[in-house]
Amino acid sequence: MYKLGIDVGGTNTDAVLIDEKLQVIAEYKQPTSKDIYDGILKALRAVLEQSGIDRKEISQAMLGTTQCTNAIVERKHLAPIGILRIGAPATLGIPAMVDWAEDIRKIAVSAEIIGGGFEYDGKELAAFDVAAARHFFENLKGKVESVAISCVFSTVRNEHEVLAAKLCKEIMGEDVHISISSEIGSMGLIERENATILNAALYQVAERFTEGFARSLKDEGVTNAKVYLSQNDGTLMTMEYARRYPILTIACGPTNSIRGASYLSDVKNAIVIDVGGTTTDLGVISQGFPRESSVAATIGGVRTNFRMPDVLSIGLGGGSIVRQKGDGSITVGPDSVGFEITSKAQVFGGDVLTATDIAVRLGRADIGDKCKVADIDEEMAKEAMKVIISLAEDGIDSMKISNGDIDVILVGGGSVILPEKLMGAKTVTKPNHFGIANAIGSAISKVSGTLEKLVNYDEISRDKALEQAKEEAVLIAVESGAIRETVEIIDVEDVPLAYYPGNTNRIKVKAAGDLAN
Amino acid sequence: MRKIGLREIEDIALGAALLGAGGGGDPYVGKLVAMGAIKECGAVTLLDPEEIPDDALIVPIAMMGAPTILGEKGIGGSEYKTLYDMIKQFYGKDIYAFMPIEAGGVNSMLPIAASARLGIPMVDADGMGRAFPELQMVTFTIGGMKATPMALTDEKGNCAIFNTITNKWTEELARAVTMSCGGSVSVSLYCMNGASLKKYAVKNIVTRSQKLGEAIRKVKDYTEGTPEDNFLKFTEGYKLFKAKISDVLRETRGAFNVGKVLLEGIGDYKGKSGYVEFQNENLVAVVEDEILATTPDLICLVDTETFYPITTDALKYGKRVLVVGLKCFEMWRTKEGLELVGPKYFGCDTDYIPLEERVKGGQA
Repeated sequence: MYKLGIDVGGTNTDAVLIDEKLQVIAEYKQPTSKDIYDGILKALRAVLEQSGIDRKEISQAMLGTTQCTNAIVERKHLAPIGILRIGAPATLGIPAMVDWAEDIRKIAVSAEIIGGGFEYDGKELAAFDVAAARHFFENLKGKVESVAISCVFSTVRNEHEVLAAKLCKEIMGEDVHISISSEIGSMGLIERENATILNAALYQVAERFTEGFARSLKDEGVTNAKVYLSQNDGTLMTMEYARRYPILTIACGPTNSIRGASYLSDVKNAIVIDVGGTTTDLGVISQGFPRESSVAATIGGVRTNFRMPDVLSIGLGGGSIVRQKGDGSITVGPDSVGFEITSKAQVFGGDVLTATDIAVRLGRADIGDKCKVADIDEEMAKEAMKVIISLAEDGIDSMKISNGDIDVILVGGGSVILPEKLMGAKTVTKPNHFGIANAIGSAISKVSGTLEKLVNYDEISRDKALEQAKEEAVLIAVESGAIRETVEIIDVEDVPLAYYPGNTNRIKVKAAGDLAN
Repeated sequence: MRKIGLREIEDIALGAALLGAGGGGDPYVGKLVAMGAIKECGAVTLLDPEEIPDDALIVPIAMMGAPTILGEKGIGGSEYKTLYDMIKQFYGKDIYAFMPIEAGGVNSMLPIAASARLGIPMVDADGMGRAFPELQMVTFTIGGMKATPMALTDEKGNCAIFNTITNKWTEELARAVTMSCGGSVSVSLYCMNGASLKKYAVKNIVTRSQKLGEAIRKVKDYTEGTPEDNFLKFTEGYKLFKAKISDVLRETRGAFNVGKVLLEGIGDYKGKSGYVEFQNENLVAVVEDEILATTPDLICLVDTETFYPITTDALKYGKRVLVVGLKCFEMWRTKEGLELVGPKYFGCDTDYIPLEERVKGGQA
């Protein structure tokens, strides 16, 4: 049995095949094509040919893609939608999309706030206004094919959202796409509603890439594989789920890269340094999962409550331009020759001095023609290398969580410019297959379950409440297809609600485990 | 007199997050409430306190309850009208202008929405010059004013006017009602005339907030000096420490989010350690066992890259922060002021020494 991992990024499309022991048996990399179907097909053919395996033996196929993020940022292929918020008389002071840019607000054909919703303790805030909901959907019928529904405190109780969704189907037909906020976001109505709106607008994008993936698999005879999509938290969802919740794919790129690096080097706690052509991204892997950023993710100017991996980007890459100033001092980057490195760098016969040229001159890398850089002054090259190393070391220091040294994993095409020894690093690992860490990350993703609720610690002790929450989270993970024995709790968070009588806390627990075959 | 529109709101909200000194709640939802009101009803007139007649009725607007719940329920369409009508009926007089009671955090934004919806001006002043956790912690208390009569309403239309014998009772009763109403309500308290306002309020704090926000927004635009130097210069801040958060210890004591954030120095401070204690807002900053700042001076933690303020709710292991001290309003440094909001009131065993004197003696 084999796993297939594919990552369609903004620049490259990578594919990897791994066996039952999670060993890489084939890998392929190419520039991302305009048509996602063509790109996936080409990458798929390449790894199948390389490995020569029986394609029926592939039991799982995973796709990670930034298509949704690109669609939002570029305002392309977003569908017209209807937006219903349940919560009046609360929230009437904040219309939907109130702080969105004009160019993306146009996706809303109609937006309304109707009666309903809940209090923090699950009490009804107002009765669900069935007549208003009916009226809203009747007006929308024929105008849009996708609807975003949110509701005050639907993270505590989702009945009003579910009722509205049922009505929507009844009136607008079985084929209408419905996005429900309680299944997408967490606490914080506006951020959750924003994510739900984006989700609703992405349904065509999702259809295109899920169909493209499924069709390319079928056309290549990969017919026995269960098919999954990568989520932003490093876990998986089914194709059916991805079509309903495409927004959950955002930010899966950096997550997959960090997790893939961790897997390839067999290190569960480390700093991952991904050196590209222009920039270097530093992330932290902790217990096999990326450390999350403490700020809510803003995508294309829209604030959501998704957490992104905490990534520090610095202006250092294989193509970074090296300059000597009048006083003899040397600078590296932040500008770069980027993807033109194969024509502009000196080792490739160009006339721009890059970080890669320095590494080759000092014998640290063997790329291009080393004779072309032989006349670079050695002292100057050493000085430039010092600058490169100190940029990386400052980055490591910024990401560290304590003064102790930490393991470092180097990946990415540009990682040849960095040495095996760095200050602040306990060890520096450059794993094999480091160029396709993304696709590996996608292929080894786990399935997860998340539980979030408000608990009063005066009614139930903290220990007991957390214990219960953990059990529930494990159950959710198992229901999603995880092997029970492998399920681990990967995140526990409890935050007291300030300014609040009683001892109310928000608990969030997440569990993840290996996918059953 | 000047107008506050959408552009100004962005900067005021950012400045208010800094003035929150770790507490006061994220102004984001407040900002949306203000934007919604301005988009629907137009820009708000901001009055300098000196433009207010002595006998004018000035009414502060705030929310009471948990910011997390405000983040879910927002504000309805009619709370401010309800408060306006209740106060007007009680005093038998039209309201001249609204004002913020607390310039830090989410409460900085709500009076803008109220003024827009009712079409009356807002005063460029507040009662704290920052955020504080208890309702008697306003300069008006020093002036002998009572919080009540206080008007309270929820989004459902339930409303009440409280008349209490002490501010402690106001707090107690209002919190019980807030809880029953669903955890987040709109209130008007410390209603006053123009003369008292001019005597006791923290003047021009909305303008200061806007300038702070602008400074953070533009910190990287200046060609001279590092962004950090620019940040400190424009905010008139004292650099206390630069660190990584190594742990966050939290507990809920009564109604408050109490805790301590442990810090390990980075950059020039490498090898040093420190901590900041908080009760919703940051109370005391200590580096290498030396106190560098205490309440009522403002202790703010900001991101070392973006200089965006970090609330105590969002403190997280591994985050890199710059700890900055800002001088508090002069009146807080008097004996009466320190009794209300000094370090001893919050259980810190130290006398108040102004920030600028402590820093001179310390290593910053």
